[in-house]
Amino acid sequence: MSQTLRRGPVSGTAVGRGAKRKPFLLDFYSTAVGKKYVMAITGIIGIGFVVSHMIGNLKVYIGTVTEGGQEVYDIDVYGEFLRDLLVPILPRTVFLWLLRGVLIGAVLLHIHAAYGLTVMNRKARPVKYQSARDYEVANFASRTMRWTGIIVALFIIWHLADLTWGWANPDFVRGEVYRNLDASLSRIPVAILYVVANIALGIHLFHGTWSLFQSMGWNNPKFNQWRKGAAAGVATLVVVGNCSFPIMVQAGVIEFDPTVTSVHELHEEAAE
Amino acid sequence: MSDKLTYITLKIWRQGGPDTPGQFEHHVIEEISEEASFLEMLDILNEQLIEAGKEAIVFDHDCREGICGTCSLMIDGKAHGPEKGTATCQLHMRKFSSGDTITVEPWRASAFPIIKDLMVDRAPLDRIVESGGFISAETGGAPDANLIPIPKPVADAAMDAAECIGCGACVAACPNGAANLFTGAKVTHLNLLPQGQAERYQRVEAMVETMDEYFGSCTNHGECEAACPKSISIDVIAVMNADYLKSKFKNRKKLSRT
Amino acid sequence: MSITLDSKIPAGPLADKWDEFKAHEKLVNPANKRKFKIIVVGTGLAGASAAATLAELGYQVDAFTFHDSPRRAHSIAAQGGINAAKNYKGDGDSVYRLFYDTVKGGDFRAREANVHRLAQVSVNIIDQMVAQGVPFAREYGGLLDNRSFGGAQVSRTFYARGQTGQQLLLGAYQQLARQIGMGGVKLYNRMELVDIVVVDGRAAGIVVRDLMTGEISSHSAHAVVLATGGYGNAFFLSTNAMACNVTAAWRAHRKGAAFANPCYTQIHPTCIPQADDFQSKLTLMSESLRNDGRVWVPKNPDDTRAAADIPEDERDYYLERIYPSFGNLAPRDIASRAAKRAVDNGQGVGPLKNGVYLDFADAINRLGQQTVKERYGNLFDMYERITGENPYEVPMRIYPASHYTMGGLWVDYELMTTVPGLYCAGEANFSDHGANRLGASALMQGLSDGYFVLPYTISNYLADWLNKPIPGTDHEAFKAAEQQASDRFRQFLSIGGTRSPDYFHRELGKIIWDYCGMERTAQGLEKALSEIPALYDEFQKDLRVTGTGDSLNQTLEKAGRVDDFFELGMLMCRDALVREESCGGHFRAEHQTEEGEALRDDENFAHVTAWEWSGDPMAPVEHREQLEYEEIQFQTRSYK
Ligand SMILES: Cc1cc2nc3c(=O)[nH]c(=O)nc-3n(C[C@H](O)[C@H](O)[C@H](O)COP(=O)(O)OP(=O)(O)OC[C@H]3O[C@@H](n4cnc5c(N)ncnc54)[C@H](O)[C@@H]3O)c2cc1C
Ligand code: HEM
Ligand code: SF4
Ligand code: FES
Repeated sequence: MSQTLRRGPVSGTAVGRGAKRKPFLLDFYSTAVGKKYVMAITGIIGIGFVVSHMIGNLKVYIGTVTEGGQEVYDIDVYGEFLRDLLVPILPRTVFLWLLRGVLIGAVLLHIHAAYGLTVMNRKARPVKYQSARDYEVANFASRTMRWTGIIVALFIIWHLADLTWGWANPDFVRGEVYRNLDASLSRIPVAILYVVANIALGIHLFHGTWSLFQSMGWNNPKFNQWRKGAAAGVATLVVVGNCSFPIMVQAGVIEFDPTVTSVHELHEEAAE
Repeated sequence: MSDKLTYITLKIWRQGGPDTPGQFEHHVIEEISEEASFLEMLDILNEQLIEAGKEAIVFDHDCREGICGTCSLMIDGKAHGPEKGTATCQLHMRKFSSGDTITVEPWRASAFPIIKDLMVDRAPLDRIVESGGFISAETGGAPDANLIPIPKPVADAAMDAAECIGCGACVAACPNGAANLFTGAKVTHLNLLPQGQAERYQRVEAMVETMDEYFGSCTNHGECEAACPKSISIDVIAVMNADYLKSKFKNRKKLSRT
Repeated sequence: MSITLDSKIPAGPLADKWDEFKAHEKLVNPANKRKFKIIVVGTGLAGASAAATLAELGYQVDAFTFHDSPRRAHSIAAQGGINAAKNYKGDGDSVYRLFYDTVKGGDFRAREANVHRLAQVSVNIIDQMVAQGVPFAREYGGLLDNRSFGGAQVSRTFYARGQTGQQLLLGAYQQLARQIGMGGVKLYNRMELVDIVVVDGRAAGIVVRDLMTGEISSHSAHAVVLATGGYGNAFFLSTNAMACNVTAAWRAHRKGAAFANPCYTQIHPTCIPQADDFQSKLTLMSESLRNDGRVWVPKNPDDTRAAADIPEDERDYYLERIYPSFGNLAPRDIASRAAKRAVDNGQGVGPLKNGVYLDFADAINRLGQQTVKERYGNLFDMYERITGENPYEVPMRIYPASHYTMGGLWVDYELMTTVPGLYCAGEANFSDHGANRLGASALMQGLSDGYFVLPYTISNYLADWLNKPIPGTDHEAFKAAEQQASDRFRQFLSIGGTRSPDYFHRELGKIIWDYCGMERTAQGLEKALSEIPALYDEFQKDLRVTGTGDSLNQTLEKAGRVDDFFELGMLMCRDALVREESCGGHFRAEHQTEEGEALRDDENFAHVTAWEWSGDPMAPVEHREQLEYEEIQFQTRSYK
């Protein structure tokens, strides 16, 4: 972009505003500040999901429980619980799909906004500094949001293909969470992939969680000093929790026992 | 009396105009007193250049007291150089050591085209203010100054934000070339004050939109705060964001009730 | 052409003059205002407030500044505060008292009617600035706080930390920015005025140089307002910004505007002493520091101990000693001369023995470091950045420096110069401070001129020009002025000597400082009047300006400004020479009391000296405006 000099007001800024505006949500989204709100809100949804997903997954450590007289994996029960959410108000799995819809929507919006902002930022400095910058506070996490974000996006696709749809997992059995987990993560490259991706996610969240307070305008001397700590906490929680699964599978702590009854089958039968 | 630094190598950006290519030029300062300010060192260099028949290095400066916001240099990769909370003009040579190589570049952002050498055009900052960075109080009609008491903490917080000198270091330092600290500072100054309430939402809306026309977006790196010669806190960005949200969602007809 | 000095002071009692004027002046009706174009040069406090207000009224305003933005004007640097007769403290202040203090502070060399008006509108200024969002300091109850300042016994100074000028200028700038955004004002930034065009005895417009391209162009208007600041940089070292200059006022002077009292310059007592020869400017430490700091020097000139090691009884708190009732708050001229005397006596402190101490040890003991920090924190930080010394631990070192110029273009009560249609506001005019300005009064005057005086008085002139044609920029006078201006800049480029403009500025400044600074003598001034022309001659032969005239060239800009300082310097010395008395900032060593105080001569010098350009800078024509005091009796200024 050629740089040209200007003089005088070019946008006639104080007059003529507010004449024609887009519908208000789109109008809101049209500025960088609005986009950051969207990033932050979708980020919060993401954090909510990632954290509860992780906590739910901790049920693998409970191992088996007895349900209806039969020994079943607790995490499988949990999986069924999710599918049965809000039954009978809604048919089985409908609410889960709604939740998934929100999540997918959030991720798409998050990516859309991230893309828009990135383009804007590129334009804002077409000619880079010609000598080395000496950053004072911008850290690795904040400067790699785009890269950690892309890694996470790719990982999400892999993760769905692996453990939701099973395309990437030859031993996949629908609904048998514990079994699939073990089958997938006992492959060493996959275990490494999970660890790396979750570290990327952790880095993303380390900056993201702190950043969202600013983007949302949540700034109050009463809690400001906790913001960085909260971010570090969320990031650590997610990384430690999520990385434990591949590590524990590799260590043999999590190991599928074929003799345990499949809850999924029981429920499918009951539903019929 | 004062100690001297010797043999400082300067790597200075020279560029003839906005659209001509530029390059670094090397100069050696044999001896300079610690008491000299960075700009005085450039003055001395310029005087030598002129007397040797060469064109002086163009750089922006005026008050040399850190208040007018005219000076603007990227020194060793930092906007306004290595000293915290200090504008370039208040940077003194005692911050450097003999034998140092100091790299000096203009600020770079598409909103700040280079006029010549180290001087850039920061007019878009004015555009942001013109769009809403004021309280419409035409001359003559003002009520008594003590009519509306302003709690001291509010007045102090407004003043903290109002200290911005409009230098643009925040933009220069920001990896995204964003002007959120500058804009946030003005929004915060005016939106905190009782006098600023009438135009509060209109103001933040207009200023944010004008800012978008020229600058990048904020990733909350915090580089701006670190570079700011007035150490303006990024809290002001949060205030601006909060008010921007309200500007879109609040019913402005009920402004005086909120 | 000869000029007459008609001050146009309205009739009637002093307190009613301004109302009298407003009641009978000619007005322009709102629909007709947009038929008038007004040029405002300078966008500091005076210029920005004038331009914004005129645009609000409906005039078409073109504003010019050589800065990149109006917010850079040197008004931004004022630290201490702004006076107003609000009497919020109930400590006995009133419009009359502010008026009186200002006239007395100016050593009875100011025009009564102007000063009274200034005191009257001072209260409106504070109202206006608060309405615009200026975050003045407040008390816990939420009401405005005040501090006291030199030369007054009441607390009437409003302030915003140590950045009052900044906050006021930003207020005025924002109001101007609003008008720029709405199209009421067209701003021409990075444009330097290089000439004024007078057609048929009336200001017709200006010639400007675009600093980015070197292009010379003209602008015509119904009236021209100059608000281009002071000429303190004539001394080279001063507290002014690097770009402050006299060019606009000087070019007007050369086109027929009388220049009044050029020798009235103010030397500010509290600046950081010069550290070295290459120093480019001096930094002011706000006068407000004298509220809590105590000024002293060692009694023994040969004392080499560190400040803290000098016992109380070996210190000379000379201001408290000589002026017990005002003490450390004695007015500027008095405090400055006292410091000079101490240093001349050999009692100076610091490595170059060129300063006096300003000590906060007592204040820190009494109030605690925290309170001192709240009051002066940013000034202390600035001091430390510049000197490398921590003023919480060691006393500051201060010394007087050129700071403000009371002299300027002569204006009448309506702020019009001797050229009809050419107005002058702010520090650039001579109007309100007499021979010495009190602290916190310049901001007041700039805003008063711009907000509350010019917008009224200008219609009195414009009304007669309704629907009459004015010469456009194709008029031959404009063409000739443009030609002259471009020849002048081409000439600077073509001299091809060996010295930079800065070199000449520094040398010139030294002469003016030595002979026309804090203390002047006939002999010294004569000497200056022979040295300056000689140096000027050298300037014209040996100047070197590198680069070209068609892109940004700071060396060339500087050459033009130094050129004008030379001619001004001659006038300053001439003015100081003919004023055979001491008053305010003008101290003639021949005229002092036995105790070394200024000795006025009211009999012969109670007048304004206004100089007319004759074509030869060494032979200006002197005019006088006699000062009539109706309300105030002359009295020897005493702060003892
Ligand atoms: C360090 C310092 C501290 C001070 N502290 C105080 C204080 O505490 N209280 C107080 O009352 N006063 C104080 N003063 C004095 C006061 O600040 C000034 O007198 C006042 O602000 C001058 O305002 P102004 O509008 O007349 O000029 P300025 O603010 O100097 O503005 C001049 C304008 O004219 C423009 N200009 C000049 N020449 C040209 C040209 N040729 N072409 C185009 N544009 C031109 C400039 O760009 C600028 O916009 C202080 C002054 C200094 C230097
Ligand atoms: C799907 C792929 C993802 C991409 C491409 C991506 C990209 C980004 C980028 C580029 C930013 C910084 C934007 C800016 O400030 O300029 C960001 C911020 C953020 N991201 Fe992501 N991200 C992704 C997934 C996620 C996920 C899964 C979560 C939550 C678990 C998340 C949470 C956040 C948060 C909280 C922020 C901070 C928002 C703010 O500053 O207001 N992101 N993301
Ligand atoms: S916010 Fe700070 S860095 Fe940005 S323009 Fe203002 S003073 Fe300069
Ligand atoms: S020159 Fe004024 S802030 Fe640096």
